Amino acid sequence: MWAVFLVLFLPLFALPLLVVLGASFATHWSGVLPSGFTTAHYQAATRGEALRALTTSLVTAVTASLLALTAGTWAALAAAALRKRHRKVMDALFVLPVAVPSVVVGLAILVAFSQPPFLLNGTRWIVITAHAVLVTAFAHQSVSAALARLDPAYEQAAASLGASPAHVLWRVKLPLLLPSLTAAAGLCFALSMGELSATMMLYPPDWTPLPVLVHAATDRGALFTGSAVAVVLMAATLLVLLAVSRVRTRASYR
Amino acid sequence: MATSAAGGIRFDAVTVAYDGNVVLDALDLTVAPGEVMALLGPSGSGKTTALRAVAGFVRPASGRVHLGDRDVTDLPPHRRGIGMVVQQYALFPHMRVEDNVAFGLKARKADRSEIRARVAEALEMTGMAAYARRHPRELSGGQQQRVAIARALAIRPAVLLLDEPLSALDARLRSGMLAELARLHRELPEVSILYVTHDQLEALTLADRIAVMDRARLQACGTPQELYRAPANAFTASFVGSANLLPVTVGGTGGVTLGGTRLAVGTAGAAPGARATLCVRPHLIGLGDGPNRLSGTVAEIQWRGATHRLYVDVAGHRVMADLRELRTPPALGDTVTLHFAPEDAVLLPAEAAGEATGAAGRPAGPAGDRTGPAGDPAETAGTPAGPADKPTDPAGTPTGPSGKATDPAGTPADPSDEPAEAVGHGC
Repeated sequence: MWAVFLVLFLPLFALPLLVVLGASFATHWSGVLPSGFTTAHYQAATRGEALRALTTSLVTAVTASLLALTAGTWAALAAAALRKRHRKVMDALFVLPVAVPSVVVGLAILVAFSQPPFLLNGTRWIVITAHAVLVTAFAHQSVSAALARLDPAYEQAAASLGASPAHVLWRVKLPLLLPSLTAAAGLCFALSMGELSATMMLYPPDWTPLPVLVHAATDRGALFTGSAVAVVLMAATLLVLLAVSRVRTRASYR
Repeated sequence: MATSAAGGIRFDAVTVAYDGNVVLDALDLTVAPGEVMALLGPSGSGKTTALRAVAGFVRPASGRVHLGDRDVTDLPPHRRGIGMVVQQYALFPHMRVEDNVAFGLKARKADRSEIRARVAEALEMTGMAAYARRHPRELSGGQQQRVAIARALAIRPAVLLLDEPLSALDARLRSGMLAELARLHRELPEVSILYVTHDQLEALTLADRIAVMDRARLQACGTPQELYRAPANAFTASFVGSANLLPVTVGGTGGVTLGGTRLAVGTAGAAPGARATLCVRPHLIGLGDGPNRLSGTVAEIQWRGATHRLYVDVAGHRVMADLRELRTPPALGDTVTLHFAPEDAVLLPAEAAGEATGAAGRPAGPAGDRTGPAGDPAETAGTPAGPADKPTDPAGTPTGPSGKATDPAGTPADPSDEPAEAVGHGC
């Protein structure tokens, strides 16, 4: 059982990541293993343009995730009050950005927001908007799944005790949904950090997210520099996810 | 906020339907201030729906719900000012016990000092003061139940709704909590309690009056003693306590005949020649010679510690008899003679064919099997059943302290119901 897992896991998932990690410390790679150990790529990947791109990515991902979480949660809460058929329509609408290729979503947003009064093209907001649209589906899906599992007895007990619907939402429902909300936030953040295809069509020169930089570096043949930037991207994402998961365990143990 | 000064609940022809499926049919019922009313019935009988209509979680298709002197039919749940305890407790898992209990007061924006005092009082009353800082998951089922009751009582509701509050507890805890609930009600005599249960023992122990529900309808309503000693129909007889229900024909000169056997029982109001159902409680049947003899063969014997239950086939009908433990019980297949006193039998209107089997199929279940070796609830009540006062007369159906005049015409007619059957009357 373990052997099967390793045979599948190593070549498919672990090896490529290890290769990137190896390459990020190398100057040559002509044999089986990389050679010419150096940390020079990391010096380049953690300052100047790369550092700005990292900040850009983090800001974009955090903002887009918060937007997506708000919109997705709101929609899921609203949909819960709808009739079953209407709820299905709403669910389908929210899955649309996932079903449509992200290149198409990028193009659609480019076309839609290039004209006044919705002129976002050329600003950071077009990137953030695109990311929010792309990840809202995941936020919506995980929150509505959690809502469906939430025992209506809590809400009813709160209402019978005299709590208005708003009070019930803030004091009972959202706290009970917190574990799912943080899980959704982590997922949205990770997806946004890695988004490239829609971003490529939209990013203005002063708002270059990290994946674009990785792509640019490898495109011009600087594989080792690109690897170092990719490792930084990976590490930053993992660190944030780790922090989010700590919040989540605290929330579910409360 | 919405705490009503006057207590009491009044259902005024309340009908609830889901997708055209009637789950509560024109319920007329009044719970007086300070009264404990049990809604007793099998699952799907509409009893929980009735409670949810009071709480505001279902909207009646027609009819009105009154709390005290307010018509609350159109009010959302949070404006009704009721306390409610449900089967799964529904304590907020993310709050400590004290915050759970304070929830209703905070929602009403009560003063801090008042909240503290009332939370302490409610926890004291339910014996949970020592657990104020715990989280619900750190409590046992019985403790969670107490907290749920404390939470409902903290808002000082005029009406307390209890939805199968003990069914998640094990048997020993359940009887303890029953005594606890009875004590709480003595301490809060002005609170009306609507208690939904499928357990006749809980209803008999706790309730001032019992409303028996079946198939979306109110079947009977009265004090536990009235329902037990003079049930209005076969369903009530079989669901409140266990009962032998024997199809008989009313004789010409008083008395009835079962198969070919003449039995002397009161037949007040019944026309000679009419079909009727004779109800005799198993513990009121004796072994050996006496008045109203029934002979048959023993089909089954169950030893229950203090009693023996005999199942005797009499003229094609199975008769249950609960006898004080016999030194030499009869063997299977023996022919035995049973008897019962004329005043211990109640004559009920005959059921429509479909219903008779349905109701008669049920009796042994709830009563016979759930009660322990001590036997039937009648023994809890202690007194032998007295002479039935005009059981077949609908006017004899008990009305409670604030009983509303019945209006049989106001309830939709169900073709399967015999007109004589006192079903669907208000209470």
